[in-house]
Amino acid sequence: MIDVHNITKRYGHHTAIDRVTFSVAKGEVLAFLGPNGAGKTTTMRILTCFMPATEGTARVAGFDCTDQPLEVKRQIGYLPETPPVYQELTVTEYLTFVGQLRGMTGPKLTSALDQSIGRLELGTVRYRLIGNLSRGYRQRVGLAQALLHDPPVLILDEPTVGLDPKQIIEIRELIKSLAGSHSVILSTHILPEATAVCQRVVIINKGRIVAEDTPEQLSARLRQSEKVSLTLRSCPADCETKLRAIPGVLHVLPGQGGGTFLIECELGRDLRDELAHVAVMNQWGLLELRTVSMTLEDVFLQLTRHEDHATETTEATVSLASTDSKNG
Amino acid sequence: MAPVQAVIAKELRVYFVSPIVYVVGAVFLLIFGLLSYLYVGFAGAQAIQLMQMQGGSAQINLNDLVFRNLFASMRIVLLIILPILTMRLFAEERKLRTFEFLLTSPLRVNDIVVGKFISVFVIYLGLVGLTTLVPTVLMLFSDFDWNPIWTGYLGMVLLGALFLSVGLFASAVTENQIVAAFVSFGMLLTIWLIAGLGSLFGDTAAGHLISYVSYMEHYERLVRGLIDTSDLVYFGSGLVLMLFLTHRVVESTRWK
Repeated sequence: MIDVHNITKRYGHHTAIDRVTFSVAKGEVLAFLGPNGAGKTTTMRILTCFMPATEGTARVAGFDCTDQPLEVKRQIGYLPETPPVYQELTVTEYLTFVGQLRGMTGPKLTSALDQSIGRLELGTVRYRLIGNLSRGYRQRVGLAQALLHDPPVLILDEPTVGLDPKQIIEIRELIKSLAGSHSVILSTHILPEATAVCQRVVIINKGRIVAEDTPEQLSARLRQSEKVSLTLRSCPADCETKLRAIPGVLHVLPGQGGGTFLIECELGRDLRDELAHVAVMNQWGLLELRTVSMTLEDVFLQLTRHEDHATETTEATVSLASTDSKNG
Repeated sequence: MAPVQAVIAKELRVYFVSPIVYVVGAVFLLIFGLLSYLYVGFAGAQAIQLMQMQGGSAQINLNDLVFRNLFASMRIVLLIILPILTMRLFAEERKLRTFEFLLTSPLRVNDIVVGKFISVFVIYLGLVGLTTLVPTVLMLFSDFDWNPIWTGYLGMVLLGALFLSVGLFASAVTENQIVAAFVSFGMLLTIWLIAGLGSLFGDTAAGHLISYVSYMEHYERLVRGLIDTSDLVYFGSGLVLMLFLTHRVVESTRWK
């Protein structure tokens, strides 16, 4: 549905994005993660034909963003960083205007309006001036605007900013419900959001894609060892030695609180069976045994904060990313 | 509804919700009314003087004494007032970040530029329409020729359209409304003063050419009751040029 191939955007000497390549299949939800100024918004602006790329091609639903901007714009619902609302209009007037710009009229417009207002629970404020609404409501009006014409492609720049926790959950549910029928790209700073909503994550830093995969695969890929947390009721002095003796165990680190250990194992080996066996045989009282996976936060920080590490992994992950996108 | 109609409807709605139209309209009509009152007053005083000198009744020409002066004075009023009306058109969209929304909607830049121009032009026509109350009332009390008044109004409409298009252009180049108002004010004043530069050259080809660029002589001819194709061409081409430049400026933001 969305195909971005090697796009580069330069502002004078500053390169905002550098040879970015990715694709989004029909019905897929893709998260764009990255620190401020990483190039998320620039990429989205190129996809929405707000500005052209300096190099490379971007296609949406088969239409080229540079050559067929009107066709592309018809396929897209776009929510920019700041909700694009007119303070002097009421919610209904504003959404009517948006519908008219998209060529909707009569009963079609009315039903789209009602549906969109219902979906985002704007019924109570539909006749109020947008200028008098709170930040959260404006954000929802912005989202209603993007969804109004039921576009096949949705591009949402930080859709949950300014919403309260309850609304955030509702919007996430809404985005999840759109998956399958709509292709969605959303950018976010909130990492659990990406895990909660998206099938695939693109991490972008300083204008380059540093990783692209499912959230689970990403954490797996960057993990250098498997980690297992083990909690025992009683732990005699020799238990650490006995644990270390199990083949495949690399390190045994005492965790917080007595009886908890963080056990690092060789990559690709699941030693939970053996660990349980040893614990039971020695009658240590096995209370808990679980694998510790890397959270997306860890992945994100590892990729974006530690510069040296990031540049090392860049080459590897970019090549992985490009093979992924070819497969996709 | 075509997108351009949607843009016009939205602009008109925003104009009438914000105080700008009411304030500008009130000031415009107040000044027009005051000027009319003053010129009619002067004409009356002149008539009394004539009657005292000649005895009996004196014929005064309202066309010359009132309307020509009135239309001539309106140039400066339009110059000051119209930039206030146009300053928000694009600058506000940029400031409120709705500009990005407009440019990512399935609209041509033409639709946006023309829609915005027509909306503000409709408001201006409404204001000009209200001023016809003055000649209508005067008609009840005295006789005058309506033809130069119609051409005067045509001049005011054409001059206003040109000023509005300059204002629209100025609004497109900045996101600050005050700056937009000043830029259009400056541009209009400069084009006015070009007439003076033209007269410095005297009766030469260069002089005529430079004077032609200014709206002064074109407007004056219409106020005097002369309809010349070259004047209509001047206003028409000026308008198209400014709208074209606005289009280029709006389009160019995408390439920055």
